[in-house]
Amino acid sequence: MKSWIAFWNILKKDVRNYYLKPPNISWGIIFPLSWTLMQIIRTPDENVLGLLPGLISMSVLFGTTSMLAVTITFERSSRSFERLLLAPISLNTMVLAKITGTIIFGVFNALVPIIFASFFTDLPALNWGAALFTILLVALTSALMGLLIAVSAKQVFEAQTFSNFFRFPMLFLCGLFVPISRLPVFLRPVSYCLPLTYGNDILNGLITGINTLSAPLCFGMLSLFSVVLFLLCKYNINRKWIG
Amino acid sequence: MSRYIPQVLGVGMLQMISVNNLKKSYGDFCAVNDISFAIQKGEILGFLGPNGAGKTSTINMMTGLSRATAGEIMIDGIDVKRETKKAQAIMGIVADESNLYNEMDGFENLCFCAALYGMPKSERESKAWQLLAQFRLKDAGKRPVKAYSKGMRRKLTIAAALMHAPQILFLDEPTSGIDVESSRQIREMIVELKHKGTTIFLSTHYIEEAERACDRIAFIAAGRIVASGSIPELMNSVSHGHTISLVTAKNAEAFVDELQSCFEASKVTIQSDHSLVMVSERRIALFPVMEFFHEKGIDIYEARELRPSLEDVFVKLTGIESSVLRKDKEMGKRQ
Ligand SMILES: Nc1ncnc2c1ncn2[C@@H]1O[C@H](COP(=O)(O)OP(=O)(O)OP(=O)(O)O)[C@@H](O)[C@H]1O
Ligand SMILES: [Mg+2]
Repeated sequence: MKSWIAFWNILKKDVRNYYLKPPNISWGIIFPLSWTLMQIIRTPDENVLGLLPGLISMSVLFGTTSMLAVTITFERSSRSFERLLLAPISLNTMVLAKITGTIIFGVFNALVPIIFASFFTDLPALNWGAALFTILLVALTSALMGLLIAVSAKQVFEAQTFSNFFRFPMLFLCGLFVPISRLPVFLRPVSYCLPLTYGNDILNGLITGINTLSAPLCFGMLSLFSVVLFLLCKYNINRKWIG
Repeated sequence: MSRYIPQVLGVGMLQMISVNNLKKSYGDFCAVNDISFAIQKGEILGFLGPNGAGKTSTINMMTGLSRATAGEIMIDGIDVKRETKKAQAIMGIVADESNLYNEMDGFENLCFCAALYGMPKSERESKAWQLLAQFRLKDAGKRPVKAYSKGMRRKLTIAAALMHAPQILFLDEPTSGIDVESSRQIREMIVELKHKGTTIFLSTHYIEEAERACDRIAFIAAGRIVASGSIPELMNSVSHGHTISLVTAKNAEAFVDELQSCFEASKVTIQSDHSLVMVSERRIALFPVMEFFHEKGIDIYEARELRPSLEDVFVKLTGIESSVLRKDKEMGKRQ
């Protein structure tokens, strides 16, 4: 019960203080929106639906990684983060509370290209439950990557630089807009080391019916990434934040 | 060499905190070097030392914010190193600098801090208003903390640490950057908490603060506890001899040798034209001295015993200039 009160209040505070702030809302909406528009205008003949999985993946990736890395480094530099480390809540609860806000933010970001696409085309009858679950898993792994960046960064600008360093290459490495089969051979192994590749593949399968890997394998890999990243984050937090 | 002598606790006294051979190294540098002390329930221990002595490092280890390199920390029977979260549940911690959420208002900050300790909503809201009133911050309760003055932030930080009514309170320089009146208020509040049974660990570099608020004081310098004890114990621990100071009507330089031979084992120095100081291992009775001067035809306007201050004791034990304990903070801030 006590852990639950702490969890809920950390989540509520983050949503109110960070995620609902106008600059962040606009970042969450404008970036996916402009990217979506750009893609649609550039390739007018292409089926909008073909772009949708990549756009969803991208929106989730950008929303989650940037928010968590920035808010945590911000709280660390203002020292308010110490309060969480000094509170009698387990590291698990704290990490979960921190990433839940980001995951919710990421899922809302995913809605932007979906709503947008619905203006251009009829959305097919697809398994929305599975899509939502995939989006959640993508948001979870991305949030954990953002957390991993936050643990390594000391300054807010460092966190921003780090996260851009990771996520821009991921746009191209994870098959979001360029199929992995079209990447140079030496880059392909890198693609399969990134969780987003698997998430995007499931979304592709659900929305366009064109997937390269089997769905159970992708779900398995995403779950595996979630667990490994979670443990890695905990290990790093323990090592770096408790000096 | 540590001058720490383990405290023998009386019957019925409960040891709340015990720290044994605690050590903290940052790389090759040893910031806290093998310190040991104990604090009883309802006691205020002052941790007095200059900048960089290792006060904050010690608090961070005790509160679980940093890992001890070696040593043992027990809080209310809980091993802090093994059961950090359990120990943290009974602690209130006031860090050396503001660690509030600047974007939230004072009231929200207090409520959030209490929520981290699992306090239910209605309870934390009423407690927050109560503390805001106690710290005279009620009018500012709904203003964002970033609009607070430094002193207001300090007070709110202390209030935040009190929200969950901790059994043990760690205060790292609670009155730094606070005006005299607010400092007094905070000291009074600390003593009041003590009377309610809260155990308090107070780190400071203000001698006056340690002297006024603490039951016992530990002097820390360069990572070591140089001495510890109650104020009278500390006073007695340095052999200062007995000193009397006299203000005479005329210069008594001519009588110094005679005075020294009359009053065995005393050392006489002329301080200024008309005042002299006598120091002796044994107590010097005033009347014979006055009689001595009376016979020489010299009137005495003033005679008093000089007692060492805690500051003198600190200087003697640590070899550190006492000015370090007053102005260093302001200087440090400017650097
Ligand atoms: N993270 C760190 N890495 C390296 N050295 C450190 C670290 N933290 C503290 N120190 C060093 O340890 C020593 C003790 O520092 P500490 O902050 O405990 O002193 P303090 O007594 O609290 O001083 P002040 O009165 O200035 O707050 C200092 O010499 C400081 O430079
Ligand atoms: Mg300090």
